[in-house]
Amino acid sequence: MFSFIAYKKLLDKCVLAVFFTAGFITIFITVGIVYVLLSDAIRFFQEVPIERFLTEKEWTPVFATKKFGIWPLITGTFLIAAIAVLVSVPLGLVIAIYLSEYASVRVKEIAKPIIEFLEAVPTVVYGYFTLLFVTPILQKIVPGLEAFNSLAPGIVLGFMILPYTASMAEDAMKGVPQRIREASYALGATRLRTAITIVLPAAISGVVAGFILGASRAIGETMVVAIAAGMYPNLTLDPREPIQTMTGYIVQVALGDLPYGSIEYLSIFAVGFALFIIAFIFNSIALWLRSRIREAY
Amino acid sequence: MVMVGTIINNIKSLFLKTTNKSTETVKLNTKNDVKKEGDIKLEVKDLNFYYGDFRALKNINLKIPTRKITALIGPSGCGKTTLLRCFNRMHDLYPGSRYEGSIIFYPDGINILAPNIDLLNLRRKVGMVFQRPNPFPKSIFENVAYGLRVNGIRDKKLIQEKVEWALKSAALWDEVKDRLNANAYSLSGGQQQRLCIARAIAIEPDIVLFDEPTSALDPISTAKIEELIITLKEKLTIIIVTHNMQQAARVSDYTGFMYLGELIEFDKTQKIFTVPSQKLTEDYITGRFG
Amino acid sequence: MGRKTISSKPDIIFPIIGFIAFLLVVSFMITLIVDIAIDGYERLIDPSFYTSYPSRFPEKAGILSGWVGTTLVMAGAIFWSLLIGIPAGIYLEEYATKRGIRGKIETIIELNINNLAAVPAIIYGLLALGIFVYRFKLGESILTAGLTLSILMLPVIVVNTREAIRRIPRDIREGAYAVGATKWDTIRDHILPYSLGGILTGLIIAASRAIGETAPLVTIGALTFIAFLPPSPFTSEFPFFSLEKAWDVLMSPFTVLPIQIFNWVSRPQAAFQINAAAAGFVLLVLTVIMNALAYYLRQRVRRKYIW
Repeated sequence: MFSFIAYKKLLDKCVLAVFFTAGFITIFITVGIVYVLLSDAIRFFQEVPIERFLTEKEWTPVFATKKFGIWPLITGTFLIAAIAVLVSVPLGLVIAIYLSEYASVRVKEIAKPIIEFLEAVPTVVYGYFTLLFVTPILQKIVPGLEAFNSLAPGIVLGFMILPYTASMAEDAMKGVPQRIREASYALGATRLRTAITIVLPAAISGVVAGFILGASRAIGETMVVAIAAGMYPNLTLDPREPIQTMTGYIVQVALGDLPYGSIEYLSIFAVGFALFIIAFIFNSIALWLRSRIREAY
Repeated sequence: MVMVGTIINNIKSLFLKTTNKSTETVKLNTKNDVKKEGDIKLEVKDLNFYYGDFRALKNINLKIPTRKITALIGPSGCGKTTLLRCFNRMHDLYPGSRYEGSIIFYPDGINILAPNIDLLNLRRKVGMVFQRPNPFPKSIFENVAYGLRVNGIRDKKLIQEKVEWALKSAALWDEVKDRLNANAYSLSGGQQQRLCIARAIAIEPDIVLFDEPTSALDPISTAKIEELIITLKEKLTIIIVTHNMQQAARVSDYTGFMYLGELIEFDKTQKIFTVPSQKLTEDYITGRFG
Repeated sequence: MGRKTISSKPDIIFPIIGFIAFLLVVSFMITLIVDIAIDGYERLIDPSFYTSYPSRFPEKAGILSGWVGTTLVMAGAIFWSLLIGIPAGIYLEEYATKRGIRGKIETIIELNINNLAAVPAIIYGLLALGIFVYRFKLGESILTAGLTLSILMLPVIVVNTREAIRRIPRDIREGAYAVGATKWDTIRDHILPYSLGGILTGLIIAASRAIGETAPLVTIGALTFIAFLPPSPFTSEFPFFSLEKAWDVLMSPFTVLPIQIFNWVSRPQAAFQINAAAAGFVLLVLTVIMNALAYYLRQRVRRKYIW
């Protein structure tokens, strides 16, 4: 009997060690990301001074006269993300209010999985759809729209991030206690008025967190922009012109056969590092906002 | 040696300002009475219990007699369940709990609050039945066999015998013998609770703790469980927490009244409910608060 | 509730607007599916499309190496992500002490997993390129691809494992501990079996995301033109399996469906775009099936264990 218990206790300790190790390994992933990005980015900045990276206005790493100004990539990235947010936020908010304040349980049960599925569609399929369906249609409406542009991918990404802007916003609004709504109804307010003046402000942290995560997702999205936005680093805010995003540049370089340690190879880690920092900031803001909801009620 | 220590402690507790100084409880410890009244099973000495910084139990001193039913009553939040869960160290599952003082387990004379105690062995000897029936979502048979299996019994025949014995002891055998492989959740609430009792007694513990075992049940199921608890005391020491004073009066031999983390009074049930020595106890029994 | 109040004008108009907005989303999705189904129809109905290698002749090109590669890579990704994800999730729910040094590490693990979930997929590709390909010298192989996608799946699996475990009431654990079960007994006999459905749901959702991932695999250098299959690890003689050959499978270059699609989309010839649409439809059907399965499982689990 004693040996049986001793054996079980030993087993318990071993299992704990294994499980703890598994948890600990997840930390190494982040450490690995930071290490890889940082070490190769530092090597990049040894060859290209960081001032040039931040001040030059052109990004021509594969030309004879190489220029490494990251701004065209950043404007391209944020231009598409901004279009996506402009499409997604109003649409998402209307859907969120409708689902949380008006829709029956049955409609909700159908609607939520459909909206969530938008994120499960392979992005390469979205890319195909953007390039060969959305852009040609938009070209008939928008004069001067080029075959590669930021408008069409922006719109499609706007739909793609609806799981964040609509679904997460709806979750946040649903979390507002019913008694707060009833107090408003009791004063004779309409549902819409209650939703906009009472429920939305109460849930605003969660709703905005969803918007920010959606924007972050649009910034990091790769295939749609790589396929449909062009591969042309272009310092422009005109949504009709071809551009290149940070992710698009990484794909473009990775598709080629680049020797390990070459300046082009190192440049994708510098760009990746910048992207990682941006995503990290967005995500931290969103996490902070969501932690505020928990304190609220 | 242990006996001497016990006696010294009892003498000490007479002088300390504790509530269990009635002649009845002390008498239990005198050697002559051991054969008549039975022995002390658990002795709680100066027990303090903390959840983080919150002191949930304050200087509890108490002697639980062997093969009797001891009830702990008191208004909600008084610490009766907290005290009960000290006896099988259930608090250890959650971080931030801390014990002070000792609980001596007889006849072994070991302190179950000692940090190096073998919790698996302790819980094998001190079983527990919970407030809400909590059978595992497995078959009826497996629910009862589970305790046997984790305690290293492999012999299938032996397991079968013990499961049958436990279910019979829990007065459930006749109702389930034809469907031992059915899921435990197919049973009614009262049956589920009796199944949990069978699960607890299958490993033949010395003590079974009942934490408000009937609070989630209807009156008929409650009556059955109470009846069962009374029959179980022939073999087991039973401690039952209840918020239902009638229940305490019906089933228990001894009753402790707790209030705000303190044990106010501990005595024979009959005495507690008829001539309590403390004003607070009387007020509670007569329904002035709680 | 408000239903009983007399609806005023905004309360009649807004739900209509809301429903139209929702219909817009539905029609977007239907258009997407119908568009690629029509575009790819010609190749979808051709059986040789599923059994041919890529080719420079669009009408001869197929997705054989694509779906074989996807299957192998996903098998690896699922294996690795479960290997780390389930224990990590169990640790955070069942073992976390929230005290002392271990407590600090636990907080870091939790924050870290929340952050990993929001890291753009292509960053994982850079990680894999820097670590697996260049530093560990695993090459642009099936093994590397599986490891890469497993990192992507990991946060989803950890989060779902934790949610599934959290649904098991405290009473069940206490019931087990009360009869003398150890922590491992409790996890093996109760926590794992009762949360398995939820964990499986998480796994399917994670896999349905990973199966369509393109960017990280482009980054590690998946080839687009693979006119052969990895060697079979099975042999005709006893023991019918060769470890050496299995290693060759893991180390062989690969392509996957999404990469194949990306390659075909990028070509100017319209005939290749038909192939892209057809392969895209296949991929879309796979993700629909996986998500439907996850949805069904989730409903079933909720019905099975009503605590």
